[in-house]
Amino acid sequence: MNIVILVKLVPDLVEELTIDSSGVALDTAWLRLIINEFDDHAIEQGILLKERGGGQVTVVAPDIEGVDDVLFTAAAKGADRLIKVKGDFTGVNNHALARAFTAVVKELQPDLMLTGVQANNDLDGSVGPLLAGCLEMPYVGYISGVSLNEGKSKVRKEYPGGLIAEMDVTLPAVLGIQAAEQPPRYVAVSKVRQMMKTSTIEERTVSGLDMVGGPTIGRMFKTEAGQHATMLTGSPDEVAAKLVGIFKELGVL
Amino acid sequence: MTYDDVKSILVLLALLVAGGIFLRRVYQLLWANLRLGQRSNPFNRWGERIKGVFIYVAGQFRLFRVLIPGTGHFFIFWGFLILSLTILQAIVEGLVSFANPHFLLPLIGSFGALALLQDLFAVLVIIAVIYALVVRLIVNPKRYLGSHKSQGVMVLMFIFTIMLSLLVMNGIRINLGQDPLQVWRPISTAVGKIFSGAAAGTQQVIKEIAYWTHLGVVLLFLTELPEGKHFHVVTSVPAVLLRNLEPHGRLPAATDLNGQVGVSKIEQFRWRQMFDFYTCTECGRCQDVCPAYASGLPLSPKLLMMGLRDNLKERGAALRAHAPNSTTQATLARTLVGDVISESVLWACTTCFACDQECPLFIEHISPIVDMRRFLVIEGRVGTELQDALANLGRYGNSFGQSERMRARWTQPIQPPIKDARREAVEYLWFVGDYASYSPTLTDVTVKTAEVFHKAGLDFGILYDSERNAGNDVRRVGEEGLFEMLVEKNSMALSKCNYQAIVTTDPHTYNTLKNEYPRNGDEPRPVLHYAELLDQLITAGKLKFSKKLGYKVTYHDPCYLGRYNGIYDAPRRVIEATGCELIEMPRHKDGSACCGAGGGRIWMAEGEIQERPSESRIREAVKLGGVTTFVVACPKDISMFRDAVKTTGNESRLEVKDLIELVHAAL
Amino acid sequence: MSQDIYVVIEHLRGQVSEISFVMLAGARDLVKGLGGNVVAVLLGHDAQGLAGNLAADKVLYFDHPALAEFTSDAYQKVLIGLISKDQPRVILFGSTSIGTDMASTLSIKLGLPMVSSCRSFSAGGKFVSQICGGKIMVEGDLPGPTALVTMVPGGYKAEQGQSAQSPAITLVDVPALESLRVTLANYIEPEAGDVDIAKEPVLVSVGRGIQNQDNIVLAEELAKALGGVVSGSRPVIDQGWLATSRLVGKSGKSVKPKVYLAFGISGAPEHVEGITNSDTIIAINTDPAAPIFGVAKYGSEIDLFDLIEVLTEKVKQSKGG
Repeated sequence: MNIVILVKLVPDLVEELTIDSSGVALDTAWLRLIINEFDDHAIEQGILLKERGGGQVTVVAPDIEGVDDVLFTAAAKGADRLIKVKGDFTGVNNHALARAFTAVVKELQPDLMLTGVQANNDLDGSVGPLLAGCLEMPYVGYISGVSLNEGKSKVRKEYPGGLIAEMDVTLPAVLGIQAAEQPPRYVAVSKVRQMMKTSTIEERTVSGLDMVGGPTIGRMFKTEAGQHATMLTGSPDEVAAKLVGIFKELGVL
Repeated sequence: MTYDDVKSILVLLALLVAGGIFLRRVYQLLWANLRLGQRSNPFNRWGERIKGVFIYVAGQFRLFRVLIPGTGHFFIFWGFLILSLTILQAIVEGLVSFANPHFLLPLIGSFGALALLQDLFAVLVIIAVIYALVVRLIVNPKRYLGSHKSQGVMVLMFIFTIMLSLLVMNGIRINLGQDPLQVWRPISTAVGKIFSGAAAGTQQVIKEIAYWTHLGVVLLFLTELPEGKHFHVVTSVPAVLLRNLEPHGRLPAATDLNGQVGVSKIEQFRWRQMFDFYTCTECGRCQDVCPAYASGLPLSPKLLMMGLRDNLKERGAALRAHAPNSTTQATLARTLVGDVISESVLWACTTCFACDQECPLFIEHISPIVDMRRFLVIEGRVGTELQDALANLGRYGNSFGQSERMRARWTQPIQPPIKDARREAVEYLWFVGDYASYSPTLTDVTVKTAEVFHKAGLDFGILYDSERNAGNDVRRVGEEGLFEMLVEKNSMALSKCNYQAIVTTDPHTYNTLKNEYPRNGDEPRPVLHYAELLDQLITAGKLKFSKKLGYKVTYHDPCYLGRYNGIYDAPRRVIEATGCELIEMPRHKDGSACCGAGGGRIWMAEGEIQERPSESRIREAVKLGGVTTFVVACPKDISMFRDAVKTTGNESRLEVKDLIELVHAAL
Repeated sequence: MSQDIYVVIEHLRGQVSEISFVMLAGARDLVKGLGGNVVAVLLGHDAQGLAGNLAADKVLYFDHPALAEFTSDAYQKVLIGLISKDQPRVILFGSTSIGTDMASTLSIKLGLPMVSSCRSFSAGGKFVSQICGGKIMVEGDLPGPTALVTMVPGGYKAEQGQSAQSPAITLVDVPALESLRVTLANYIEPEAGDVDIAKEPVLVSVGRGIQNQDNIVLAEELAKALGGVVSGSRPVIDQGWLATSRLVGKSGKSVKPKVYLAFGISGAPEHVEGITNSDTIIAINTDPAAPIFGVAKYGSEIDLFDLIEVLTEKVKQSKGG
C-alpha cells in the first residue's frame, strides 16, 4: 500500500497576527509557521495504516521555513520517504500548491493520498479536493477513520451532531482527514535529531506556480467584534458574586 | 576414628559445601550478572570515599535518622564484626580438633579485653534481636509493607541462635575449666551456671550440640546470605565506597552513557546501578519519606529496588542459561517497563530526593527511574497532558504554550525598565523562569522581586524573550533530547552576555544551571538563588529594612534548594532579618515534604491520589499554633500551596507568601 | 451565462441543513446588487418535499436513487453538467462535510475560480471571508465568470432564507450515474449520550483551558449546582475527556440554552457556530483577545481555576441559604 501525505505549513495562531503594509497579506515579521494541525492528523492516520497493513508512507511538503523539522518529525514517527517541493511559495494559494503537488504525486503513483480536511489560512478551497480534481480522483473529506482492503477503502465521514456516514471509496483516492483514529503520537526530540542525521529529504522543483482559480484579495483586516462582552473584573470572590447576580437576573437561580 | 577426627572431617566438609555454595552464588550475582550491565564511569576521590566508609558503615551514620531501630542495628552490626572472630575460632577449632580439641587461636584466643567485649556484645545483640523481632512481629510499622518479613524474621532467629549457642558453649567450657579467659566472660559464666548441675559428661555433650548448632546455623546463614536482602552484608562496604560523589542535582547526560539513553531491559543499566539493586535491605525508610507513596500513588522506592533486583536475578540467570527452555523464554519475554515496573509507578516520582538522602547505603532510586522514563519518552509512551507540555516546551520554550514574545510582558509596568542583559553588561543576570514569567497569578511576585533588586541597588538584567525553560524538569521527565536543545539555546543566549553571576527565582532553574549546564572555563561564574543573594545583600548592609514585620511564619524548604543544594540557612536568616518569628514544621530542612510538583508532575494528570502532598503539608503547617504565614521560595510552591490552602479550607488560617513578599513588605 | 445565484441545498436523512437557509439568505443579499435570480439546486430521490420552504425564486430538482443521500462522486457529476450548461454568476456551497467535498474539485474540473469561508457579502457584491481561526477577515471582488463560493454561518440568519411559499420546482434530467467511485454504505448513529445537551437550559462548557481530565469534575460540580450539564469544545472531546455527545460546535451539536458558560474556550468559528442560538453567553478566558468575547454578553479575564470553585460555592449558598 503506497500512501502519500500532503502537508502544508500555516500561521501559528498563538502569535498575534498583523496585516502588512500592502493591506492584503499577513505581516511575516513575527509570523511563525507550523504544521497544519489537520495534516498532523493525516500523518498519524497514514502511519497507523502502515502499522496495520504494511506499505510505504511518503510525506510531501512545500519548501517553506520550518519544513525540514516537519519532515524529520514525520520520519521519526515512521514515514519512509520525505519530499520537499522547491519553489517560491510566499503568498501562494491552495490552487497553486495543489498543482505543485500533482506533478510529484503522479511520479509516486500512490494508492491513497491523505491530507488535512482544511487549514486555518484556506481562502480558495482546500488542498485535498483541489488535488483530487487535478488528478481526477475521488475525494471524501471530514474523515475520522479509514480501513483498507484490496483496492478499496471504507471511510468514516463526520457529519454534525456526531452522525457518521460509512462510505466505500475506490482507490486511488484522496481523503481529507478531520481526525486520526488516535491523537498524533509524541516523538522524542532525540529521535527527530537522529532522523536529521540519518534521513534524507528528496527535492523536486516546480517552475511556475499557477495561482489561477483563487480570488484576488482586495482588503485584509483584523476581525472587529461587532460587540464586545461586558467584562467583569475584581477578585474571584467579587466576580463570582457578580455572576450569581446575573444568574438570578436570567432566572437560572 | 575418634569423635574429634570425625568432627574435623565434618567441619571441613561443611565448610567446603557451604563455602562453595556461597562463593558460587556471589560469582553468579556479582560477576556474571554485573558483566551483562553497561560500563560505569571510573571512580576517583578515594580519600573521601574511604572516609565515607568510616562514617557511614563503621559509624552507621544514616541509620540513626530512625533512632531506636538504628541503634539496634548499630549493635547488631558491631556485634557481627566483633563476634565474627568467635566464628573464626569455632571453625578453626573444629578443623584442627583431630589434633587438638581445645585449640585456641593465637593472640585473639588470649586477649582478655576482647573476650569481655564479645560477651557484652553477645547480650547486646540478643537484646537488639529481640527488639527487632518485636518490631517486625508486633509493631509492624508501615515501612515494612511489601518487604519480605519472613526472611528478616528467619535471619533474626539465626542470629539469636548463633548468639545463644555461643554463650552455652562458652558457659559449659567455663564449667569444665577449659577456658583460660573465664574471668573475662561474666555473661557466659552466668549462662554456664544453668548447666552446672549436670554431670560433666552430659555437659560435654550439650557443649558439642551447642557447637554444631552454632557452626551449622552460621554456615546455613552463609548460604542464605546472597539471597534477598541480606546480601547487603557483602555489598554494603563497596556500595558506600563507590557511592556517587557528583552533586546531587546532576543526572548523567547522554555523553556519560555511551549512547545508551533510556533503559528498557535490566542489562541496559550500568553495573554500578545493578550493585544498588542488590544492596537494598528492604528497610523501607525511603518508602516512609516518599511523597508519592504517602499520597496513595503506586510508587514505593523500596519496592522499585526490590523489583529491579528480582528482575536482575531472574533475567540474568535466563540470559546465561546454557539450555534455554520455555521457562527461560517466558522470563526473557517479560518486559522490565510494563510487566515488572508499571508505567504509573515511573511517572509518580517527583524527584524530591528524600529517598536517596534517607537510604543508609546510598542507593540511588531516582537514577533508574529517570533512565526508564527516558525509554518511555523515546517510545512515545507519554500521557496526553505531558505530551502537550513537552510539545509546547519544544515549540515555544515554555510549558504554557504562549509565544516567546510574551515572556517579558510582566516587565511592562516597571520603571525604570529592567536592563536587557543581551545588550548591556550587568553584574547579575536574572534568569527569571517560566512560572514567574508566564503564570498570571505569579507575576506580581516577580514584579516585587524586581522592585526589591532595584531598591538594593543591584545592577541586574534579564534575557527577555531569549530565555527558555532551563530544562531541569524536562530532563527529569526523561526528554533528554529536548533538554539538550534547551541547554543549547540558553547557553547560546548566555554566552553573548556580559555578566558576573546568575541569580534565579526558581530552585529548579537554579539546580540545573548550577549543576548541569556546561561549565565555561576554570572559574565558572556563580549561580545564586535569590534567597542566597538576599542573604548576602542583608549581611553586606545593602538591603535595609524599615520595619519589623512581626509575623509568625513557617518556612517550607524547597526540594531543589534544600535537599539537592544544601541551602537551608540563607532563607532563614532573611526571614529573621525581616523581623518575623520562624516556627519550624516537624518535617523541615532536609526532612521537608515535597509539594508534589517536581519531576514534571505539575505537567501531568494527577492520577488516583488519596491525599495531595501539598495538602498534607498545609495541614502540618496549620497544626503549628499561631502561624499565619506559610513562606516559600519557589514559584511553583506558591501555586501548589495556594491551591492546597483553598482545597483544605484553610484560607482564614494561613496565607502563602513568597520570601520576596516578606522582604518587599519590610523594606 | 446569467447573473443567477445558484445555491446547492444540503440535506441529510430527510432534513434540510440550516446552512442551506443561511446560503439562501446570502444569495438574496447578492441578487440585490447583481440582479438575477436565486436558484436552489436540489439533488435527491423523492425529495421534492424538501423544497417546501426554500426562499428561492425557483428550484432545479434532480431525482435519482444514487442521489438519495449525499456522496461526492454522484453529486459532482450532476453539478458539472449543470454548471457547464447554465453558467450562473455564483454557486454557493456550504463550508461543510457536504459542500467542501465538492466545491474545490469542481473549481479545478470546470476551471472556475473559488472563494472559501465566506461569511457574508458586502456592497458591490464583494465576498467577506473569515480565516485564521476567526481572527482575520478578507474582502474582495467575486471572481468571474462563475464564482464557486463555500459559506460559513454567522453572517445571515437562517430565517431570512426561509419562505412560507414553496418555490416552483423544475425537474431536470440526470446524467448517467454509473461506476460511482464513492458510495454510501450506512450511517452510524451518534452514541445516545446520557444527556441531550441541545435540550439543557444551562451548559457549563470547557475548552482547552481546562488543561486535563481531572479538572472536568470542577465543571461538573458547577453544572450540578446550576441545574445544567457539562459540554465541551473539540479539543476536549478529541482527548476523550468528555463523550462525543457533549461536543458543541460544527461537528457536534448546536445548542440553545438560557445560559452558556464557556470556560477556557477561545471561540474559534467551528465552536461558535454551535452556540449562536444561546440566550446568554458568558465567557471566562485569560486571553483578552479571545474571539469568544465577541459573541459573549458577559466575560472575565480571570483564571478559571481561581473562579470556578468559588462560584460553585456561592451558587450553592444562594440556593441553600
